[in-house]
Amino acid sequence: MNPKTTKIYLYTRYERFWHWLQMALIVLLLATGLEIHGLYSLFGFEPSVEIHNFTGIGWLMAFAVFVFWLFTTGEWRQYIPTTRKMLEVIKYYAHGIFLGQPHPYPKRKLAKHNPLQRLTYLSLAAFLLPVQMATGILYWTYNSWTSRGFDFLSLQVIAAIHMAGAFALISFLIIHVYMTTTGHSLFAHIKSMITGWEEIDEGVKIEDWERARGKPTQPSGT
Amino acid sequence: MRRLCLLALSVCACSLISFIMPCPPAAGEDEAVGRSMAHQATKSVRNWSTSDHSKHKALHQAFESGAQVTSACLSCHSEAFDQFKETIHWKWLAPQDGSGKKYGKAGDSVNNFCISSNYLNDKKCLSCHPGWEGKKDTVNCLSCHGQQDYNFTEGFEDYAAFSRSKDQEELEIAADIQKDIQNAVQRVARPGRKNCGKCHFYGGGGDGVKHGDLDSSLTAPNKSLDVHMGVDSQDFACTRCHTTVNHHVAGRIYTIPAATDRKSLIDNDLTSKITCESCHTATPHKAGQKPNDHTDKVACQSCHIPTFARVNPTKMYWDWSQAGKLKDGKPYDVIGPLGKETYMTIKGEMVWEKNVKPQYAWFNGSIKTLTTKDIIDPSQPVPVGRQMGDIHDPNARIFPFKIHRGKQPYDKVRNTILAPLLSGDDGFWNTLDWNSALKKGMAHMDQPFSGEFGFIESTYVYPITHMVAPGENVVKCVECHTGKNGRLANLSGFYMPGRDRFKPVDIPGWALVIGSLLGVLLHGAGRLISNSSKKEEETIDEP
Repeated sequence: MNPKTTKIYLYTRYERFWHWLQMALIVLLLATGLEIHGLYSLFGFEPSVEIHNFTGIGWLMAFAVFVFWLFTTGEWRQYIPTTRKMLEVIKYYAHGIFLGQPHPYPKRKLAKHNPLQRLTYLSLAAFLLPVQMATGILYWTYNSWTSRGFDFLSLQVIAAIHMAGAFALISFLIIHVYMTTTGHSLFAHIKSMITGWEEIDEGVKIEDWERARGKPTQPSGT
Repeated sequence: MRRLCLLALSVCACSLISFIMPCPPAAGEDEAVGRSMAHQATKSVRNWSTSDHSKHKALHQAFESGAQVTSACLSCHSEAFDQFKETIHWKWLAPQDGSGKKYGKAGDSVNNFCISSNYLNDKKCLSCHPGWEGKKDTVNCLSCHGQQDYNFTEGFEDYAAFSRSKDQEELEIAADIQKDIQNAVQRVARPGRKNCGKCHFYGGGGDGVKHGDLDSSLTAPNKSLDVHMGVDSQDFACTRCHTTVNHHVAGRIYTIPAATDRKSLIDNDLTSKITCESCHTATPHKAGQKPNDHTDKVACQSCHIPTFARVNPTKMYWDWSQAGKLKDGKPYDVIGPLGKETYMTIKGEMVWEKNVKPQYAWFNGSIKTLTTKDIIDPSQPVPVGRQMGDIHDPNARIFPFKIHRGKQPYDKVRNTILAPLLSGDDGFWNTLDWNSALKKGMAHMDQPFSGEFGFIESTYVYPITHMVAPGENVVKCVECHTGKNGRLANLSGFYMPGRDRFKPVDIPGWALVIGSLLGVLLHGAGRLISNSSKKEEETIDEP
């Protein structure tokens, strides 16, 4: 029944490292952030604050490297949003997946993300994370607001935006982790993010517009 | 590509490693700025005196009265009395503010402990006045400078009696008494903890009644009670911080704050050492530590004095309306579990507590005390003494307080606080008659009394600033940064992480999280069901 599958090297070493580092940072930031918000007692309030601040700054530095990587490698094109095939993808997750239909948007080296992913990751990297970083830095430098002329800011507003971002991230995390189970097998996607090799159906045609570089490619695997 | 990876790796690894394994700094470099500054400001306590008072001729004369002792002191310290006469310690009056009300114990001020001194007509109050034998004419230098416990009143009386005798033996006794007097007079020095404590530890009529952070346990405290005064620590006398200029001792005087500007000794080497910042600076913690960011809004005392009255109990409640009850026709006392009176016929009902958590409020260093001339609202607790300052006052900090509650008499017609006469033959403690005691008291102050009195609930605040605990006992962050009964739960008007929630974000936020969770669970369940039904179909199809 299943079409023949083949393996392609989809995620480079840096991408995989960045992915898991970012995961660790976000989980640590969430765990400490929610403790600071008064939800539970895990590390203790004071250690939580220290870890949160340090991790936040660490993430900022690592994120700068990621942005540099995005633009030097041209990988930013993978995140250009598109509405084409968006409906098909939505239909697939809402319906086709239950019927065992194939994914309407197979992964390829030059088209790693489906339209839904592109939109999600773009909003994440270009909006949500920068907002978290900006509000985080403002929160962190609260004491120098006066000397920097930021007196018009309100800590409550900054904190509220930072919390709203946190909720959005938790929600993303839940759905993202769940989506990893929708591959060929439950752990197929996770495995590929570890090894870099993704299993895909053979012989599925990729249209030119789907490719990140927008130009025809050689046959996959070469 | 490989280089990029390595760069990214090293950046991230460095940041990760440095917070997972914070390197212990080398010994010596570890000290917080504020601590090393303070150590420098208080180096080597040696005897700096260039004078041995036991060798001074002026102190080797036969003293027959306190006034003679004072003259002997002034024969060298010529300006001392002129200076001292101007101080609140002598006048018991704060500088006047032109309101027509005289602030101070000798003025119109009232509190909710012993209530009033009735312009110093309540003679019992004078036991703390630094004059000779409870009189107001000559200063008794030894009240503050005498280092030997000696009852001069008795000594002078006995000397007078024996020295006039013709009996040789009695004259010898007189000579011995005179020797004792001279010994006591010659043992003078800068005031020690005991000198100040004689009055300030016993304010309100007993040990630890008033302050809560000042009682006899500070005569010889250990480090855990007070890091500065601890005899096993820095062994500070009170005057180490309450520095003195022309006999004016630094400290708060009613509405006048102890310090109007926050200067450290680096800013001004002649500044008083009355504030923590004088020696410890405004950023006393190690660089980058969060508590340094708190010093603009939170007083050092708020974190560094977790509880007060840690050795001796302090009085927290004093209900004068219960005074006057008799048992078998006689006045009586009841001793409570802390070894202190919980009822006294002459004073009423009281509550004592130990290890009390302070209450916190914005405070700019001024305390507004009501006077017998202020109109009050008897329908609610009257703030007889209340802290000044609020969140918008740049000089205000969140500060710890002891709040002493009580019930005290007021004029039901004029809505003013009444000051009864307590001690003496006509005083309440002798007559147990409120009406006459109030009349006498108000007459002494030359102020009206309608004759109708009741009792109001009242509060009186004392800033908590002594009994600074060792570092390991400071208030933990989470004791304030919590939504559950935190120490700062009653302070509003600002957002505090850990304590405050912004519901318009939190409620939809959690709804989103729970919605996502339910969504993926439902989706997953759908896949599971459709998968298994497909498999079933396949197994049915196969045969």
